[in-house]
Amino acid sequence: MKDNHMKGTASNPKIKNILILAGISLLILAVTSVLIYRGDIDEYTAQILTLGGINVIISLSLNLISGFTGQLALGQAGFMAIGAYSTAIFVMQLHLPMAPAIVIGGLVTALFGLLIGFPTFRLKGDYLAIVTLGFGEIIRVIMINMESLTGGAAGLKGIPPFSEDYTWGPMVSFIWVYVFIVLTIFLVSNLIKSSPGRAIISVREDEIAANAMGVNVFYYKMFSFTVSAFIAGIGGGLYALFFGYLNPTMFNFMKSMDFVVIVVLGGMGSITGTVITGFALTYLQEFLRILQDYRLVIYPLVLILIMLFKPSGLMGTKEFSVGAIFQKKKNTLKGGEAQ
Amino acid sequence: MSSNVLEVKDLSIFFGGLKAVSGFNLNLADGELVGLIGPNGAGKTTVFNMLTGVYTPSEGRILLKTNKDGQSVKSINGYKPHQITQLGMARTFQNIRLFKDLTVLDNVRIAFHFNIHYRVWQGILRTRAYYREEDRITQEALNLLEIFNIADKSENLAKNLPYGEQRKLEIVRALATNPRLLLLDEPAAGMNPQETRELMQLIETIRSRFNLTILLIEHDMQLVMGICERIMVLDYGQTIAEGTPSEISKNPRVIKAYLGEEVEAGA
Repeated sequence: MKDNHMKGTASNPKIKNILILAGISLLILAVTSVLIYRGDIDEYTAQILTLGGINVIISLSLNLISGFTGQLALGQAGFMAIGAYSTAIFVMQLHLPMAPAIVIGGLVTALFGLLIGFPTFRLKGDYLAIVTLGFGEIIRVIMINMESLTGGAAGLKGIPPFSEDYTWGPMVSFIWVYVFIVLTIFLVSNLIKSSPGRAIISVREDEIAANAMGVNVFYYKMFSFTVSAFIAGIGGGLYALFFGYLNPTMFNFMKSMDFVVIVVLGGMGSITGTVITGFALTYLQEFLRILQDYRLVIYPLVLILIMLFKPSGLMGTKEFSVGAIFQKKKNTLKGGEAQ
Repeated sequence: MSSNVLEVKDLSIFFGGLKAVSGFNLNLADGELVGLIGPNGAGKTTVFNMLTGVYTPSEGRILLKTNKDGQSVKSINGYKPHQITQLGMARTFQNIRLFKDLTVLDNVRIAFHFNIHYRVWQGILRTRAYYREEDRITQEALNLLEIFNIADKSENLAKNLPYGEQRKLEIVRALATNPRLLLLDEPAAGMNPQETRELMQLIETIRSRFNLTILLIEHDMQLVMGICERIMVLDYGQTIAEGTPSEISKNPRVIKAYLGEEVEAGA
């Protein structure tokens, strides 16, 4: 019996895929870290990579609620702010270690997600966009006015960063963010491919049909939105510890729009697309810094062009998958033999 | 209630001042196949929507023998559509409502989601229970698709199926929720006579195979007269006739409702 069972796992292609994915993740981490440490990737680029990673995490959270669940949310920066400030406060005032502070910051944000989602999803129709839009602005104003906790408009200074060491610093920050990207991708993609994930997608596809299939539409909207807030909060926590300084103006409406652009550009409902465009747009943003406020013109322009020429975004709903690549290889090999 | 799967008493619904359905009564015995017919706008789909919780009836009671132990009877007034499906009443839609951009297989697998035995975290961490349950429902979904001869298209997107097969897929999806009572809203709409005959066979097959009680709305009289044991006729929200197919086809009120009254010569 036991032998049989062992054989089953050893030859299991699923486990092979997991090992390959873990291997690729570790390889990317190792190579990039070494390059940053040796200075082949300079400090500035390393910072952009880290910032891009944070953007990817928050965009993935938006993709979960907007891309996979079909509920447009326009206040992801608000969740990011809650995660950032609460993590910063946990570390500075309660002296929590960083990892638990980030996770608890995420949980606090998830609580806000629950509170907003509950009344909003009771309504029929697409009210989430309006509610989250308002919520993002309210949070920003609250952060400005709660001076004792947040430092108000002057900002919150002196948050201990991931590492203060000059040589190690950029690499350490990158590793922190990278680990959380991998965890987020793991969480979102496995969730989506499970039974609750299919229920979530069915809500996007057709709510009435989903209902008729026994899917509790309200529950799954709440669930997805709460998880989305949790991930956005974690992204915010990483942001706080990466910059070491927070200011309410960092979390304005334009910040929320950045994530919307990333998700739409990458493809609503594609994790791969969000990862690619998350990094690409962050880099582009830094590059466009010279153009200053023209960025506000270029972004909408890019969005319009996408809507016109490729409404499904870069990847549509397609994903990078190790299994599929192997399958393709096999097929082309077979094709070659046939010729 | 004895052997009745569904008992509906004095069901009515008003939209503003309009009485869409009034005083609708229906008893469905275990294993029965009953047809609900009537001219356009008679309120047939409205009845379906009340039974499945889409509309809340203004008056009346709906009693359902629930799926859990097959014995307890529940008043399902005010229940949400997803709760009613989970209690064992599944439906299809008049205008097909598939998850168009998902594969045929995923369409069916979604219907299993409340009968799946792993928790969210097990799905995320991919524990043994996840793989066991996913394999189980995939196999069960394929078995159902096999009955309807569309298993070989399981990886196609639902929207790419021909019309007749989309209708079949809707029935498969409803079956996957493991119902005791199945409501079919015009299952043969848009099918050619050949497909309709095939569908009649399929409905008979699934009824005996899954011990189903079936209530169906249909305009295709060949299908209704061919397989229904009992027929109810609605007109302007009122039940105007009830009986066996042969009784119904001779009923003067039914003929009047469908064809209009004969005009007296010279009038």
